[in-house]
Amino acid sequence: MDISLFVIQTLNGLQLGLLLFLVASGLTLVFGILDFVNLAHASLYMVGAFICASLTFVLGNFLIAVVVALPITGLIGWAVERFVARPLYSRDHLDHVLATFGLILVMETLAHIIWGPQGIAVPLPAWLDGQVALTETLVLPSYRLVIIAAGLAAAAGLFWLVNYTRLGMLIRAGASNRTMVGALGVNIEMLFALVFAIGAMLAGLAGMLISPITEASIGMGNNVIITAFVVIIVGGIGSMKGAFIAALLIGLIDTLGRAFLDDIFKLFMTSDAAENSAPAISAMLIYIIMALVLALRPQGLFPPKVR
Amino acid sequence: MTLRTLITVIAMALLAVLPPVFYMTGNPFYLDLATRLTILAIAAVSLNLILGYGGLVSFGHAAYLGLGAYAVGVPAHHWLYGGLESWGLATTSGLVQFPLAIAVCAVFALLTGAICLRTKGVYFIMITMAFAQMIYYAIVSIQEYGGDDGLVIDTRSELPLVNLDNPLELFGLAYVSLVVAMLLVRMIVKSRFGMVLQGAKGNNERVITLGLNTYAYRLTAYVISGAMAGYAGALLGNFTTFISPEMMDWTRSGELMFMIILGGTATTGGPVLGAAAFILLEEILSSLTVYWHLPFGLLLIAVVLFGKGGLMGMLAAIRKPKSQETGE
Amino acid sequence: MKRTFSAALAAVILAGSAWADTAKIGFVTTLTTPAAVIGNDMKNAVDLAMEHLGGKAGDHDLEVIFADDGFAPETGKQATDKLVKQDDVDFVAGYIWSHVLLASRKSALDAGKFLISTNAGPSQMAGKLCNENFFSTSWQNDQTPMAMGEVLNKQGVKSLYIMAPNYAAGKDMVAGVERTFKGDVVGKDLTKWGADAQLDFSAELAKAKASGADGIFVFYPGAAAGAFVKQYQQAGLKDVLPLYSVFTVDAISLPKLQAAGFEDILGSKVTQQWDPSLDNAANKAFVGDFKAKYGTYPSFYAAQSYDAIMMIAAAVEQAGGTGDKDALRAAMKAADFDSVRGSFTYGNNNFPVQNFYLREVVADADGNWTTQVVETVFENHQDSFAADCKLP
Repeated sequence: MDISLFVIQTLNGLQLGLLLFLVASGLTLVFGILDFVNLAHASLYMVGAFICASLTFVLGNFLIAVVVALPITGLIGWAVERFVARPLYSRDHLDHVLATFGLILVMETLAHIIWGPQGIAVPLPAWLDGQVALTETLVLPSYRLVIIAAGLAAAAGLFWLVNYTRLGMLIRAGASNRTMVGALGVNIEMLFALVFAIGAMLAGLAGMLISPITEASIGMGNNVIITAFVVIIVGGIGSMKGAFIAALLIGLIDTLGRAFLDDIFKLFMTSDAAENSAPAISAMLIYIIMALVLALRPQGLFPPKVR
Repeated sequence: MTLRTLITVIAMALLAVLPPVFYMTGNPFYLDLATRLTILAIAAVSLNLILGYGGLVSFGHAAYLGLGAYAVGVPAHHWLYGGLESWGLATTSGLVQFPLAIAVCAVFALLTGAICLRTKGVYFIMITMAFAQMIYYAIVSIQEYGGDDGLVIDTRSELPLVNLDNPLELFGLAYVSLVVAMLLVRMIVKSRFGMVLQGAKGNNERVITLGLNTYAYRLTAYVISGAMAGYAGALLGNFTTFISPEMMDWTRSGELMFMIILGGTATTGGPVLGAAAFILLEEILSSLTVYWHLPFGLLLIAVVLFGKGGLMGMLAAIRKPKSQETGE
Repeated sequence: MKRTFSAALAAVILAGSAWADTAKIGFVTTLTTPAAVIGNDMKNAVDLAMEHLGGKAGDHDLEVIFADDGFAPETGKQATDKLVKQDDVDFVAGYIWSHVLLASRKSALDAGKFLISTNAGPSQMAGKLCNENFFSTSWQNDQTPMAMGEVLNKQGVKSLYIMAPNYAAGKDMVAGVERTFKGDVVGKDLTKWGADAQLDFSAELAKAKASGADGIFVFYPGAAAGAFVKQYQQAGLKDVLPLYSVFTVDAISLPKLQAAGFEDILGSKVTQQWDPSLDNAANKAFVGDFKAKYGTYPSFYAAQSYDAIMMIAAAVEQAGGTGDKDALRAAMKAADFDSVRGSFTYGNNNFPVQNFYLREVVADADGNWTTQVVETVFENHQDSFAADCKLP
């Protein structure tokens, strides 16, 4: 196997893993603290991408558009919390799943009506649009490195927020004992809304970052939501560390599977059969891993401390 | 006869009479709609056994529908194009295909259920979905059966007494199957087994302290439910004469759950009302606008937020606004 | 047509009924999911055709009923069933996707309806599954990539990397280019397709580049095209791994790529049986009026859909209505109408025998990106599956 190809694919996997982490971290925050299953989390990923794409054309610069689009996405997240999620906190998970399933349909269709079905290709500033030669044979699109850097920065920011700020303290306290935090006089409604908005911004950021590569399009969230759930289940619901490790794991497995599985299969089956079955098997890999993890550790790899 | 039973009987009577009338008056499409509705209602009834009565929120029930349909399509495919003769699976006989559908689904439910039931809450929701996704991608990878493209079933199952190529007879079989499925679930729920299942939904620890192995009870219910859904899948395959992995997509599982919530969980007739409302709404809304997912989604949210007890609960509440119905 | 005592009962849900002198056309295409961008283009072309015809085929009224396939075979089949059984259409036309067409085929043909594909051309339906009531106004899937294979040979490409989505047409496209391309295929990737199609091709592009091929052949229709072209440019592959594509760079993806400034696509070569620059009266009227009405160039999907409506209208007029199926079939088989691709004939399997052109992406006089014909690759080309078809 070509070593530089392996390095490139590993970086691609890292990039996917970090994007997954941005989506999954919001999901795990919301789940861990609010005990709310939000299937529509990925619709916020899509909405963020669309808003950023439109703003890129209005403002003429992708980076400025990201900065402006983030708080807007947070606001939309806040609205979702206020009008759909909040009345459901006292219900069981089944109701969460169904209501947010409905919310996916609503937000997808609204995006279809507002932005049309064609999707928006997002242009990058010229200095981001080139390639970086790490070594002679190792050439990467520079924007992919930007995603990796941005993903790492967001992850670091989130760790700082959760571990070293008062808000983070409340979040951690809320994750381990919600009622107690409320009883201590913390405005729990405000805290919940804030957590939801932060989650929305993180998902939106992931959507914004990916849109110059794929594009902003309806349905883009469907690809990512199930994978993000796999990430938080494998990592242990409510655990930030678990989400981070699981996201990188899943990102790497998915990318490396797509890249090398057919070559591996070709060692013991015909070339045609390998080319046909490898894509599907690599798509199955992450679910197999999830089932294995849950079979051995029903609470995921890093379950947060019991409440 | 309680009000809920009355509603269920009326609904079933309408379902028995209306579709054939439509068919004979030159509207065969509505018979198709009713057949589809009836088959999905069987799947919803089977899901209701574990979700409604057992409190086990399975987000992967569409996998059984799909597997059941493939149990019809795959033997029919081999019957036409060769292969698997030595296994006796190159056949169009429904007497092989239907038991195969039930057996395959029961085994799949047993294997996955044994793992899934070790988890609880949202982990259970997600792991059932993960197994469904695995089957989805496994089917996608099998090129012989069309992979992503699916497979046209050229010959429907051959059964004694009924000819499934006749849409009326196909509907009749589906209808009778639905009635049997409803009675079966009702019987299970009323039995001691069903009592334990429902008890475990309310308070698992308490039932365990009574010395009962709820895991075994739940696993049994899970297998029964999967097998019933597999039977529904075999009917669905015969109805659509087309199978594709799309049948087991996670959104399909979500739709089955919605049917139960819409109709009313843990009631005999709820899943049927829910399936009927779901199919009719989908049909009417999608004929009005291509943006029909918008009102559909809003309705879904509204039902969850405000529709206590689903259609069954609302209908039952009309006549008895004060006294609360308990049981049936 | 079927007005009985139950009409009142049925009228609750029913809308419309058939009139004896109306030719009804059901048109199945994708109107939801991101692929709706193709479906809308086809719908626009059908509306334009109806406008040009004044809604009439000779003395007979034409009526078009659109239906959504949701980009999924099962949904497409249901839509077809509904058109056949409830609306009782005379023609079922449309179909972007090969797998949707394959799933829906029996529903239309077993009911004795005419089935007209305005895009999908799966190999099975050109060969063993051919049917006297099935016509195509597009091409058989293999033909366009076969033309591209020929172009690759002429340009001296010795080794090729191939990427396509993993579904019926994707496999046909791959088979097509491999049929004529004489060099080595050094690598091949089939990626996930459907409503949740894979759009990040980083792993595949890195493999393609590492393979050291002389060129890359791709087939990414609809929304995936933009994503692919962008990543191709971002990976800086233009000079290392020249792009040869079919059904990827078209009037649907070009405006989007232009808006985002992906200039690398200018000069890219594609093959096709039609082009907006083709010089014939029907095409000029079609392209001109389409641009005037909708503000963009029509795509090939639009051209084929426009042709389908024109062919049906001509056949209904020539056969004097929809009563005589044999006359209708004979009229369609003669292809006696002004096709926007210029005149063509039908082979025994009812697929067009037609020219294929090499086209290049250019900016037009107004600066809008479009394609223009460079040369003719094949003249009166017939697909390779016609021999498997039992029709005379």
